[in-house]
Amino acid sequence: MTDRILVNGVSAPRFSVPLELRAVAITLALGALGYTLFPDDLAFLTRLISITLLVLSLDLVTGYCGVATLGHAAIYGVSAYVVGNACLAGHSDPLLLLLVGAVAGALMGLVSGALVTRFRGLPQLVLSIAVGQLIAALANKLSSVTGGSDGLSGISPGRLFGIYAFDMYGRTGYVFSVAVLMVVFVVLLRIVHSPFGLLCQAIKDDSLRARMIGARVYPRLVLMYGLSGVVGGIGGALNAINTGVVGLDSIGFERSAEALVMLVLGGAGSLWGALIGSIVFQVFEHYVSAANPFHWMTMVGALLIAVVLFAPKGLVSLGGLLAGRATYVMRRRP
Amino acid sequence: MSQSLLELRNVSMSFGGMRVNDDISFSIGKGERVALIGPNGAGKTTLVNVISGDLTPSQGAVHLAGVDVTALPISDRVDAGLVRTFQITRLFKSLTVAQNVALAVMQRKGLTSNIFSSPIDRPDVRREWERALGTLGIAHLADRQVSQLAYGQQRLLDLAIGLALEPKVLLLDEPAAGVPSEESSKIIEAIDRLPSDIAVLMIEHDMDLVFRFARRVLVLANGKLIFQGDPREVTHHQEVRRAYLGSYADARHAS
Ligand SMILES: Nc1ncnc2c1ncn2[C@@H]1O[C@H](COP(=O)(O)OP(=O)(O)OP(=O)(O)O)[C@@H](O)[C@H]1O
Ligand SMILES: [Mg+2]
Repeated sequence: MTDRILVNGVSAPRFSVPLELRAVAITLALGALGYTLFPDDLAFLTRLISITLLVLSLDLVTGYCGVATLGHAAIYGVSAYVVGNACLAGHSDPLLLLLVGAVAGALMGLVSGALVTRFRGLPQLVLSIAVGQLIAALANKLSSVTGGSDGLSGISPGRLFGIYAFDMYGRTGYVFSVAVLMVVFVVLLRIVHSPFGLLCQAIKDDSLRARMIGARVYPRLVLMYGLSGVVGGIGGALNAINTGVVGLDSIGFERSAEALVMLVLGGAGSLWGALIGSIVFQVFEHYVSAANPFHWMTMVGALLIAVVLFAPKGLVSLGGLLAGRATYVMRRRP
Repeated sequence: MSQSLLELRNVSMSFGGMRVNDDISFSIGKGERVALIGPNGAGKTTLVNVISGDLTPSQGAVHLAGVDVTALPISDRVDAGLVRTFQITRLFKSLTVAQNVALAVMQRKGLTSNIFSSPIDRPDVRREWERALGTLGIAHLADRQVSQLAYGQQRLLDLAIGLALEPKVLLLDEPAAGVPSEESSKIIEAIDRLPSDIAVLMIEHDMDLVFRFARRVLVLANGKLIFQGDPREVTHHQEVRRAYLGSYADARHAS
C-alpha cells in the first residue's frame, strides 16, 4: 500500500504518468485533432476554447464548491470588455491583455463571490442571477465603454511575443488559445487536488462538517470564486483577442445558462467533465445547428435528457467507468 | 475553576417557545470522563450543538479553558481544541477515507490554504492520518470512497476525523449507536486509549458502556439537568428513574 499515491481519490502506482503530463498530452492531442477536423474553421475552435475556460471557471465554484450560480458569464463578459478597452487604448500585447483579463476576472470573481457565497440554495441562485442581470444591464447602459448593443469592435491585438501576428485565418489565435487552455488546465488540476481544493469539495459535501474540522468556509469560497474569476477572465480575454469584438451576448444570462448546461452534460466536479461537456456541446451545436437551424435546441434537449437518465454524473462518468474497468483488468494480470 | 476545560453557565436553548435546554450549568476538568445520558428528545444533541457553536444559546455562556467562547464561530472553537462527532454520521462523501482524515490533519496544521502542492503525502501528514485510521482499524480502507463504506465503518471514520484534530475537549454523540458489536469494540478501545489529559463528554444510551467509561454522569430530562454525580448512584436516583420510566411509559402509550 505504501508505494501508492492518491490521484483523483484513486490509488495509482507511483510510476504512472503524472496527471499533469497526461493533461498536457491530452490537450495538445485535442488541439491537433481540432486543427485536422476543422482546418477552415479555426474561429469556431478558438471560440470553443474561450467558452471552455468559462465552463472550467464555473466548475470551480459549482462543481467543486457546490455554489449554485446562473450569473457566471458576468465575469467572462466584464473581462472581455475590459480587455477590449485596454486594447483600444493602445495596450495591445496579447500576453498583457491576458493578464488584464485575469485581473479583471479575479476582481469580478471576488466581488460576486463575496455576495453570492453568503447565501445557500435558492436565495444564492436568485442572487447570482440578479448580479448577472445587473452587470448585463450596466453593460447595455454604459455604451461609451461597451458600445451598448452594437458591441465593442475594432480590437486588434499586437503580435504575440512581438513576432506572430494574429492572422486572418486564426492560426496564431488558435495555437495561442490551445496553449493557454493547456496551461490553465494543468494549473487547475493541481489546485483541485491541493489541500485547498480538497477542502472546497469537503465544504460542498457538508459545510457544517467542514466547520467542525476548523474550516473557515466563507473566505475559502470567496477565494475559490476569485480563482474561478481568473479562469473566466482569461476566457473572456481570449474571446476579445481572437474575435476582435465583444458584444452583449458574452455577458448575458443565456451565456451563463449555457455554460451550466455544458458543465452538467460533461460532469460537474471534474475538470475533465467540464472539458468534455463544453467540447461535446459546442461541436454538437456546430454540426446540428448547421444541419437544422430550427430544431437544434430540441436535439440538445434530447441529448441532455439522455445524459441525465443514463449518466447522471455526466459524460465523464462514462469515461471513468471505462478507465476503471481497464485498470481493473490490468490489476488482475499477474 | 482554572482547571476546568469546559464550563457551561446557565445555558438555555429554546426553539420557538420550546425550551430544549433549560438553565444548564456544569464543568468538566482536564482528564475527566463524563457521560451525558437522558431519554430520547431530552436535549442532549442540542446541548452538544450549543457547546460546539452550531447553535447560539438563548441564554448563558460556554467557557473553554477559562475563555468565554459563546460568541465565537465554530472554527475558532475547533482551533482551541473543542472537537465533536455526530450522532448521525457526517462525512465528506466525495473524498476518500484517507482524504477525510488527512484534511482534518492539514486543517489543524494550517496547510489548507495551500493551493498548489499536495502535502497529503508529506511524511508528517501521512503518518498522522495513517495513525488515526490505524487506531480505529480502518487503515485498509484508506483508498476507498466514503460512499463505499458500511455504516459501522463510517462511524469509525467520523471518530477518526475527531482524533486527527487532537482534541483537548472531545464531545462524542452516541459514538457506538448503530454500530455492529465487532466495530463498536474498536470504538470503545479507541475511547479507552484517548490521551489521559483530554476531557471527554460522551452521550450514550448503553449503560454498560457508561459504567465502563464514566467517572461522572450527567442526566438530562426535558431539557433540565436533573442529576450529576457518581454513576453507581444514578440508577437509584428517584427523579432519574421517573424520567426514564416516564419516557418508556409514553413510548408504550404511543405505540
Ligand atoms: N433545530 C431544531 N429546531 C427545532 N426543534 C429542535 C431542533 N433541534 C432539536 N429540536 C427539538 O429539541 C428536542 C431535543 O432534541 P435533541 O436532538 O437535542 O434530543 P436528544 O436528547 O439528543 O435525543 P436522542 O436521544 O433521540 O438523540 C426534540 O424535541 C427536538 O425535536
Ligand atoms: Mg441526540
